[in-house]
Amino acid sequence: MILEIKNLKVSIDGKEILKGINLSVNAGEVHAVMGPNGSGKSTLASVLAGKEDYTVTGGSVEFLGKDLLALPPEERAREGLFLAFQYPVEIPGVSTANFLKTALNEIRKHRGMEPLDAMDFLSFMKEKMKLVNIDTELTKRPLNEGFSGGEKKKNEVFQMALLEPRLGVLDETDSGLDIDALRVVAGGVNKLKTKDNAFVVITHYQRLLDYIVPDYVHIMYDGRIIKSGNKDLALELEKKGYDWITKDLKTPA
Amino acid sequence: MDQTGRILENVTQGEYKYGFVSDIEAETAPKGLNEETVRFISRKKNEPSWLLEWRLKAYRHWLTMEMPHWQNVSFPPIDYQDAFYYAAPKPKKKLNSMNEVDPELRATFEKLGISLEEQKRLSGVAVDAVLDSVSIATTFRSKLAELGIIFCSFSEAVKEHPDLVKKYLGTVVPYTDNYFAALNSAVFSDGSFCYIPKGVRCPMELSTYFRINTANTGQFERTLLIAEEDAYVSYLEGCTAPMRDENQLHAAVVELVALGNNAHIKYSTVQNWYPGDRNGKGGIYNFVTKRGICIGKRSKISWTQVETGSAITWKYPGCILKGDDSVGEFYSVAVTNNRQQADTGTKMIHIGKNTRSTIISKGISAGHSNNSYRGLVKISAKAEKARNFSQCDSLLMGDQCGAHTFPYLEVKNKSATVEHEATTSKISDDQIFYCKQRGLSGEDAANLIVNGYCKEVFNQLPMEFAVEAQKLLSVTLEGSVG
Ligand SMILES: Nc1ncnc2c1ncn2[C@@H]1O[C@H](COP(=O)(O)OP(=O)(O)OP(=O)(O)O)[C@@H](O)[C@H]1O
Ligand SMILES: [Mg+2]
Repeated sequence: MILEIKNLKVSIDGKEILKGINLSVNAGEVHAVMGPNGSGKSTLASVLAGKEDYTVTGGSVEFLGKDLLALPPEERAREGLFLAFQYPVEIPGVSTANFLKTALNEIRKHRGMEPLDAMDFLSFMKEKMKLVNIDTELTKRPLNEGFSGGEKKKNEVFQMALLEPRLGVLDETDSGLDIDALRVVAGGVNKLKTKDNAFVVITHYQRLLDYIVPDYVHIMYDGRIIKSGNKDLALELEKKGYDWITKDLKTPA
Repeated sequence: MDQTGRILENVTQGEYKYGFVSDIEAETAPKGLNEETVRFISRKKNEPSWLLEWRLKAYRHWLTMEMPHWQNVSFPPIDYQDAFYYAAPKPKKKLNSMNEVDPELRATFEKLGISLEEQKRLSGVAVDAVLDSVSIATTFRSKLAELGIIFCSFSEAVKEHPDLVKKYLGTVVPYTDNYFAALNSAVFSDGSFCYIPKGVRCPMELSTYFRINTANTGQFERTLLIAEEDAYVSYLEGCTAPMRDENQLHAAVVELVALGNNAHIKYSTVQNWYPGDRNGKGGIYNFVTKRGICIGKRSKISWTQVETGSAITWKYPGCILKGDDSVGEFYSVAVTNNRQQADTGTKMIHIGKNTRSTIISKGISAGHSNNSYRGLVKISAKAEKARNFSQCDSLLMGDQCGAHTFPYLEVKNKSATVEHEATTSKISDDQIFYCKQRGLSGEDAANLIVNGYCKEVFNQLPMEFAVEAQKLLSVTLEGSVG
């Protein structure tokens, strides 16, 4: 088991946003999470990554057998949790390559591995760049600074490729990508997939799931997963819209 | 409270890494400052009478002056009678190689991470090491001499090149310039002298490490650099001082003369003197006057400074751009943490035609510190088509610190172009979180972000010093981020 979320409740500023999430992710699986705007998808991703603004009011999260919620964010990352951000931040003056070398060596240290020197890192990076078709120029530029929306998203997947996580959480990585970039990014994720890792893919569009075929699809609504199924659920959703599932919920309790 | 705020709350002040006292017996002037002190110093150094006279004039002028108060800093009054003005390691015979250097002294340098032997062998850096006011060791002298370059302690220059010293001393920073320049001119103990003859490109970085070593010894360095036509020199000054309880006054004067056409002087400083403890106790007062003059056409002076230490810093390295088409540059990173106060910036005085100046200043404040940029750009009536570009950025870490910008502008020629940009930013929680999500600790994340912020300035430093500067930055900001 890679991830096991049990009855997770989260609030921010006293407002409950996640109202009891249950989700189990096994090695080798891809889970898609869909749901209308504001349903709590990014909140879930942020809480998994350890963002401090949120208060966990109930439930538990196990990651590779460890109590995830007890770990600081950097430990979670070093243990192998990766979040591809919906809105990646810019870090002026720090090149992507330099940033990633620092990150990779922290993770290697955590795993008891020797740090890579500049030369070894560069050749390792070159390999990973091919995976998502990233331009060398981009890796020399300050991290995300002045990157186009699509470039930022590609850069997230590139970072994921390089850091080789056990669990990759992709928050709307497909938004803002043109169709070619979408193919490249999805292709990259597919190549990264092994029997030992897993992905949680947050998306609004069935389109992405044509390329990254999920084992499970979950529909989130108002802080809960209200329906789970296989890839056909996404297709059905595409046809019928959210009303189809939520209409039952809207009847007074 | 936001994340950085919370981190700031449990600051753990990293111990000053260079706080140790080495045991070299000093020969000190009696405590206090009067004409006799000035004569004592001059006598100790066997100086010619013209220099003694100059010192005395400076001293008498100093007596007529008032301590300036316009800087944006505060501290208790300094008792000038409660300090020593001269301390020298016991005189030793002249040294020909590093092996003859006092082992105690070498150990001191080793602790600072400056192995002279290493430097000598590996880096191609000629080091003129100044410990407590007197030059101890000078390397590479003979090699430089072959090119006609003079690089020696100020005292030696007075003895061996009196004409040059006499001709240029006080021409860029006269003793009447300001309170601390007058004080320095009266009691300066030693420093460096450098002369690059016509057409010579100095093949290595010249570097001096200053150290303040005897308790209560004010340190008054005097540096004079002269570059002739088509000459080039890159000079680096690096400083560390041991931990003290009393505040120590440091008032250096640096004069640069880009004499000939196309002369180019690059002067870089990495300063990490003891800043005092978390509560502001102890620490160095660093009141420095640094100025260069571009006399030759197309001559150029570049100041690069990384200021991480001292309890109080006042410092405005400036350029007088007299020669037509001459260029002045100022690249600065000033970091303050805990109770440190810095008021620093530059003065660019445009006199010649087509003169150009660039000012890039990056201030970083953390803890309860105060960081001010103060810059003067003056375009005189004759400075046709002069151009200046200034960019002053402030980075705040936490909400207890202050950043201020005081740009002064005097433009007397309508054809001039002057541009000023200023920004104030914070390290955002989102940036820190992003880095943590990639496996970096909060501290490393902040260092990375701060280093990125300073990149334009670090790029100006010679490679190995840029690395040193980065390290110093993280030492200075230790405890201010998590
Ligand atoms: N810092 C915050 N303060 C107040 N409310 C917040 C905060 N962060 C999130 N919320 C609220 O929590 C709810 C869930 O937001 P979240 O970003 O998780 O939605 P989402 O499912 O990712 O939406 P989208 O599809 O638009 O990205 C929203 O109503 C949002 O306004
Ligand atoms: Mg979202």
